This record gives sequence, C-alpha cells and structure tokens, in this order.
Amino acid sequence: MYGQELFPLLIGVSLFGALLAIGTGRWERVCRTAPLIAAAGASLIGLLIAIDVLLGSGEVTFTIPTAVAALGHFTFSVDRLSAYFILAISALALCVSIYSIGYTQEYSGRYRPETMGALFNLFLLSLYLVVTASNAVLFLIMWETMSLTSYLLVVYENRNRESESSGLLYLVMTHLGTALITVAFIVMWLYTPGEHSFDFEAFRELGAGGLLPEAARTLAFLLLLIGFGTKAGLVPLHVWLPQAHPAAPSNVSAMMSGVMVKTAVYMLIRCYFDFLGVTNSWWGLVVLLVASISALVGVLYALMEEDIKRALAYSTVENIGLIFIGLGAAMVFQSYYLADPVANAHLADLAALALIAVLFHTLAHSLFKGLLFMGAGSVMYATHTRDLEEMGGLAKRMPWTGILFFVGALSISAIPPFSGFVGEWLMFQSLLLTQSISDPMVNVLLPVAVAILALTGALAAACFVRIFGATFLARPRSKHAAEAQEVPRTMLAGMGIAAGASVLLGVLSVLIIPTIDSVTSSVLGVSIASKLVNGLVLMPPAGEFSSMSPLVIGVLLLFAVPFALIVTRYLGGRHPVERGDTWDCGTPLSSRTEYSAAGFSNPINRIFRSIYRPHTEVRTEYTSSTLIKRKISFSSTIEPVFERYLYAPVAALVIAIARRVGIIQKGSIQAYLAYIFVILLALLVVFR
Amino acid sequence: MILEVAQFLLVLAIAPLVTGIIRKAKALMQSRRGPSVLQPYRDLWKLLCKGSVVSNDASWVFTITPYACIAAVTVAALLVPVVYAGTFGFLGDLIVLIYLLAMMRFFMALAALDTGSAFGGMGSSREMYISSVVEPTMLLSIFAMALVAGTTSLASIAERIASSGLDLISPALFLAAAAFFIATLAENARVPFDNPSTHLELTMIHEAMLLEYSGKQLALMEMASMTKLVIFLAIMSNVFFPWGIATTDDPMAIAVGLAVFLGKLILLALIIALIESSFSKMRLFRLPNLLTVAFILALLAVISFYILGVL
Repeated sequence: MYGQELFPLLIGVSLFGALLAIGTGRWERVCRTAPLIAAAGASLIGLLIAIDVLLGSGEVTFTIPTAVAALGHFTFSVDRLSAYFILAISALALCVSIYSIGYTQEYSGRYRPETMGALFNLFLLSLYLVVTASNAVLFLIMWETMSLTSYLLVVYENRNRESESSGLLYLVMTHLGTALITVAFIVMWLYTPGEHSFDFEAFRELGAGGLLPEAARTLAFLLLLIGFGTKAGLVPLHVWLPQAHPAAPSNVSAMMSGVMVKTAVYMLIRCYFDFLGVTNSWWGLVVLLVASISALVGVLYALMEEDIKRALAYSTVENIGLIFIGLGAAMVFQSYYLADPVANAHLADLAALALIAVLFHTLAHSLFKGLLFMGAGSVMYATHTRDLEEMGGLAKRMPWTGILFFVGALSISAIPPFSGFVGEWLMFQSLLLTQSISDPMVNVLLPVAVAILALTGALAAACFVRIFGATFLARPRSKHAAEAQEVPRTMLAGMGIAAGASVLLGVLSVLIIPTIDSVTSSVLGVSIASKLVNGLVLMPPAGEFSSMSPLVIGVLLLFAVPFALIVTRYLGGRHPVERGDTWDCGTPLSSRTEYSAAGFSNPINRIFRSIYRPHTEVRTEYTSSTLIKRKISFSSTIEPVFERYLYAPVAALVIAIARRVGIIQKGSIQAYLAYIFVILLALLVVFR
Repeated sequence: MILEVAQFLLVLAIAPLVTGIIRKAKALMQSRRGPSVLQPYRDLWKLLCKGSVVSNDASWVFTITPYACIAAVTVAALLVPVVYAGTFGFLGDLIVLIYLLAMMRFFMALAALDTGSAFGGMGSSREMYISSVVEPTMLLSIFAMALVAGTTSLASIAERIASSGLDLISPALFLAAAAFFIATLAENARVPFDNPSTHLELTMIHEAMLLEYSGKQLALMEMASMTKLVIFLAIMSNVFFPWGIATTDDPMAIAVGLAVFLGKLILLALIIALIESSFSKMRLFRLPNLLTVAFILALLAVISFYILGVL
C-alpha cells in the first residue's frame, strides 16, 4: 500500500544519516546522536515496509538504472520472504540505534564519532539492500558493501592490535565466501533460459523448469552452502566469528550476530527452495549433519570461554546450527515430498513446519542475541573489561541491566514461555513427526539431530547460568566491577525494547506464527497455519500429536508466583526477612573464595575432554626450602582444534607456495611487461 | 475437568508423603526405626513457622528463586497424568514439562551462585554438569515412548499405551525405561549421584544449592524438590508402564487407577530405598560413565524405533 513510497525514503534516510555524520563531525554531541536517530528512523521505516508487505499488500519493487544491459535489471524487490528478514533487521536495528546513542559515549574523545555514525548507517542500509536485491550482480555488490562496512566497523577500535588481526581474518574469510557465491551464480547464469540473465527472475525459472543438469545443481548447492555458510558461521567455517564479534564495538556485534549472519540463512532459503529446487534428499542430510556439528561445537566452546563477548559469539555458532538443523530438515522433507507428492503429502506440511521453526528461531535469535550483546556492551561500558573472571556482583550495582540480561539469558536457554523455547519446540516437533520416511540415513540422522538438539539445549542453559552467574551474581571480583554504575537511559531503553519484544514473541507466538506461515507458504506453496494454530494453542499438523500454549503457560507461571508468595506469607504466621552474612564455615569469605567461571565449567570440560583437549599447567615457586612455597600459578587452556588442525596447515601451505611463487616478483617493470605479453599470447592461442 | 484438578492436587498433597515413605523404608532396611512417614509434613510446617535470613551479598535472583521454582513445578504438575489419563494437555506436552523443570534448575543454580559461598557455586556447577547429560536423556527416553504412541502429549501416551495392551512391550520400552530411571535418580539427587540426607559434605550437589535458604523460602524449595520427585515417579509409572490407569471417568476405573498408582508409587519408592541402602555414592567424575550409558540407552531406544519401524 504505502511500502512502494517508503522504500526510496528508507534508502534516502540512511544515506542522509551517513552524510549527516560526515557533515557534523565538528560538533561532537550532534555528530554522535543525529546519525543514530536517522538510523532509528530508517529502521522504523523498514518496520513499516515489512509489516505492509507481510499483511499482504503485494510486492514492493524499486529499480535503479544500469549502464550495462547484459547484467540485467538492478531491481530491489520486497516479497514476503524479504519482508520477514526486513522485519528482523528493523526490529533489532531500532533497539541498537537507540542503545548506541548512549553506548558511543564510551568512545568519546578517543575515536571519531563521524566514522561510527556514517558506517553504522551504511551497514544498516546494506543489510536492507542485501535481503531485497533481486539480481545476482546487484546482490553481490550489496553483499560486498555489507562485508566491507562491517569490516570497517570491526576495526573501529583501531588502536587495538587485536581488532586489526581479527578484522583481517574476517576479511579473508568473507571474501572466500563471496568468491564461492560468485562462482555459484555464474554456474546458474550459464543455464538461464534464452538470453543469459543475472536476474533472480531468470534464476527462479531454473528451479521451476528443472533446467540445471544434475552436476551443475550439485556444484551450485555445495558452493552456496560453503559460501553462505562462511557468513553464517557454520563449523568449520566459524573461526572468524569468535574473533570478529568481540573485536567490534558492542552495538555492531549485536547487529552482526543478530542479523548479519541471518542474511546467509535468507539467501540459502531463496537459492535452495526458489532457484535450485530441493529434490535430492542427501542435500538436506548434509545440511543437517553440518548443522548438528555446528550446534554442538558452538555451545561447547561457548561454555569454556572466559571472554563474555567471545562466549556470546560461540553461542551464535550454536544457534546458527539450530537454525540450520531446521533448514536441513525442511530440505529433507521437501525432497521426499517432491519425489512423490501424492503419497508424501503430509511431508509438505512437515517441510512447512520446519521452515516456520527456522524463521521463528531466526527472528527470536536476532532479538535475544542482540539483547545479550547489548547487555555485554553495557557491562563493558561500566567495568571496562570483557573478562568474566573480573566481574561479579553487578546485579546489585546495575539492577536494570541485570534484569534485561536475565530476560535474554532465559530466552536463549529455552525456558518456557520465552521465544527461544517456542523455536526449539517447533523444531523438536518437526523432527519427531517423521516416522514415515524409510531411508536408513534419514532414520539415523534425524534421531541424532533430535539428540543433539536436546543436548545443546541443556548445555546452553549451563552456559548461560555460568555467564549470568559470573557477571552479575555474588561479589565483585575486581575493583572495576565493585565501582560499576548503571548505564545511561538510552542504553537501557534499547535493551528494554529488545527484551520486551523477546518476551512478547514467545508469549504471543500463536499470533505471529500465522504471519510466518504466510512467508513459508510463499516459498513452499503450502500453508499450515490453519492446522498449526488453534485458538491460543499451537498444534503441529499431524492429528493429535501434541499441543502447547505459551500464553497460558506464561499466565499460569505469572499467577503462581504471587500465589506462592501470599500463601507462604500467611501460612505459619508472618515473619520478617532478616539480612545476614553468608555462612562462611568460620573463615571469612571474600571474592577470592567464590566460584569462578573457569571452576564452574571445569566438570563439563572433563566430560568432553576428548573435544577440548585441555592443557593445564601448575607452576610452583619455592623459597630456599622446598617445603615452603612462595607462589603457585595455575593456567589452563583448551586446544583450538579447528584453528590448529584445519587452518594452520592450510595457512602454512599457502605461505610455502607464496614463497616459491615469489621468485617471479623481480621488481623490474620490464619483467612484468614480459609476463603480461606472455599471458596475452597464451590467451590468444587458447581462445582464438 | 474436576478429575484433572483433583489429580493435580493429589500430586501436591502426597509429595512429602513419598519422601517420607522412602526415608522410612531406607531406615527399616538399615535396621533403624526411622521417623514417621509424616515427618516431612511436620518439617515443612516447622519451616513455614520460621523467619528467613537472606545473605547480604544476595541480589533479587536469590529472592525470586523459591517462588519461580514452586511456580515451575506446579505448572509442570498440571501436565502429568497420575490417576486418570487426561491432563491439561493443551497447555503443553512432555517437552514443555522437561523445560519447566529446566527452568526450576536454572533459577536454583543461579540462586546458589548468588550468595558467593563456595558451596553454592560448587553445587550449582555440579548440578549443571550432571543435568547437561541428564536432560537430553530424559527427553530422548520419553521421545521413544512418544514415537511408539504417536503423540508427545503425556496423557495421550499413557492412554494409548494403556489401551493397546501388552503388544507394545518392545525393546525400546525397556531401554527407554532404564534410561529414564537412571535420569530420575540423577535429577532428584538420589544415591549414587548425590546424597539427599546429608548436609555439608564435599560430595553433595542438590543440598549445597539450598544451603543459604532458611525458613519459608527453604520450605518452598523443599516442597518444589519433593513435588519434582513425585512428577518423575508419575512419569515413570504412567508413561512407561501405564497399565491400570483410568482411561474413562467411570468411578470404578478411577478407584482402580488410584489404587494402581499408589501401588506403583510405593513400589518405586521401595526400589529407590533399596538402591540407596545397597549402593554408595559414586565419585563425581565417575558419574559421566553412568550418565552416558543412560544417554546412549535412550538414544538407542529412539533409533531402534526409527530403524525397526512402527511397532
């Protein structure tokens, strides 16, 4: 309805915000807030466009003229799938923009505010354009803009050596991914009917018409999986994620972890279901396998991490794993459905259910992971450290941050009725309903995926008990933490909106799922909302398999608490609550006697020793007598398996080859001209 | 409707009694007389009559935890079939139940960390360590039954298995039941995982988390733990071996259901007492062996269903 008019406005506001940042560089206060207000405005416009399209007022398209006709039409179009991701981006961007107004004070006087303001706006705009671009070349340009702006934001704290190397790793990995995606698009372009075209419209005909030969389809599938898997952070391509997310300023990590990695999910849904068509069941199984490994590895490393932002980044690897488990399941079901649409009609419903779970968890994770990263940013703002061992006791010093972070922790630990739980529940349902497929691989991998889903759920809870406990509870373990104060109101407001949205998404999921269903039905052509949602109850589409009502559970829990409070207050007489010291067994307790984060996760380290390969070193310094020790120092590390056994050999190989090839680099212009001449000659001979 | 509410109230009412029966049986097996089976009711009442002391270091997490725990457990109790194979099933299925119990554990573990005592931290760390294997075990073992019955609603599982007679006895059932029984012992802090009747010992887990609670708050936490035990025993008896449960609201069937349920409950209590009298607590780092056995059993139960096909 109004989306068509708003889309150019969205681009305009974002660009204006970026220009504003550059233009007002002289007035620091203005420069810090005005561009962020523009970003908040842009995200509000994005929200309106998304709601407009999702409520069914047709596609929004916006074309910009291209100089080269062969590249096709440079069109941005917002269909339901795009609109859904715009919704996720806008919802989080609104919170983060408001949050950033306070947060960027942290950098006041040290780093230039105009860089942050301009890049933040451009990054946000590129996210919008990535999920709306409907031409492969245009998409790649936007994808690259997104990668570069986010890279520049990762290295924003440029006085920090660590952020430089993290940024470089991110840049290398993201370009590796982009290269593979480009090849995949070229493969698809080769088979587009008629005049070769880069337009997604033409790609769509590939899947519908079955125009791609099997080998090309498989190649495209693998290239896209690796290419987008790099951005999403699938194991073993995740190594950049725990480096880059913590190095970036927290508002940027919230955006990167919350929505940027999801753009890969968006494109995979689009490419697999729209362009290639999922007819091979092994595709789904490959995705399922990689996803299960990602989920488990992500949560295991998150559990051991001492750096709060690295822990959150690893937890993103886990959640991406969960999302891809749903995606893999949807692909398996869809492939069986397409193989025999009559006999396997119910599998179409299941594919829809799995895809709904994917989309639901995507939105939920955007909100709560964004919230958690903002919370981590607030903690860093107040304590100037990322080390869990130097925090503690913040729940009393920063009560609001504590409560908001707690909401995020409950959501991500899948505690009912919060949003993380509803996503996991949908995923369990879609996996459990699959008894009728008789392929042995499916029958082994699906239960394993169920088991891993259950295992990661429990480990994630342990992980967030650890993070919340070490950060906010007990006594402060350092001077910084003891002196921490509540953060500015804008930061609390940003987190508050995200927390509220997180809770509402879970509790009101019955109202939101029909909208998600309209998105999946635009992809799969099957609508299951009428079977899935029944009044206030969610029921998977298979008879009376099960049902769940997050809203009623929430209301019951909410009523049980005051009920228990009142009952116990009057039963047995009223008694005042006294304050006293923690019982200390006679030796005074201090922050050094309380449980540390490392101690907390040590038992789990021992169960999964074969994965962590822990290395512990205890060094004792003696005085002149060996009986009297002066100092005992203890250090414990876990082995970075992927870095050491996968990336280090590759890096060593590349360096060795580069040394050899380096011989041709003479430094003389004549030699280079000679190379060019030889290559031209060779090209002329080959491509005569 | 009345039946559902009645069986929910029954769970809450008999929770301390079951604990009392286990304690009494244990005492008798150890040639002691032991306190009356009603002692847990008296303990709870005594605690309710006392004031609470809260640590100076504790934050709001410590204060809300007892209420959050009792809320989670009571809502979970709404979902289990006890005497009659009908519950407030539309509210939630077995996944909701397990995650409600996870909510209770989540709060409890945080509250234990909150007071800054090393005991609390230790209990909390160990609880999360054990539960990280136990929770998936519970889920998978009930999933095996859910797949057999074709539903994840606990009441429907009970009803379908009870009404389809003994044909459903299959390897999956025993694998899953064994796994769930081990999980029950681990989750409810029983020997060989934990010792429920000791305080202040380096080996304890559950009690270490409650160490700083007193008075009314402790009463709530104890009540929550006792109710949780009954929920587990009810799942054990009504999901894995539901024969005898009332599937209609006929008064005769209800009476039989009640008698059978109480019989199973006492039998399970005796088995637990027997285990606690004849085994000693295992070392903490020996536990993963037993826990992973249970996990693998549960996984086998699920996979055997997929591979052997519909039973």
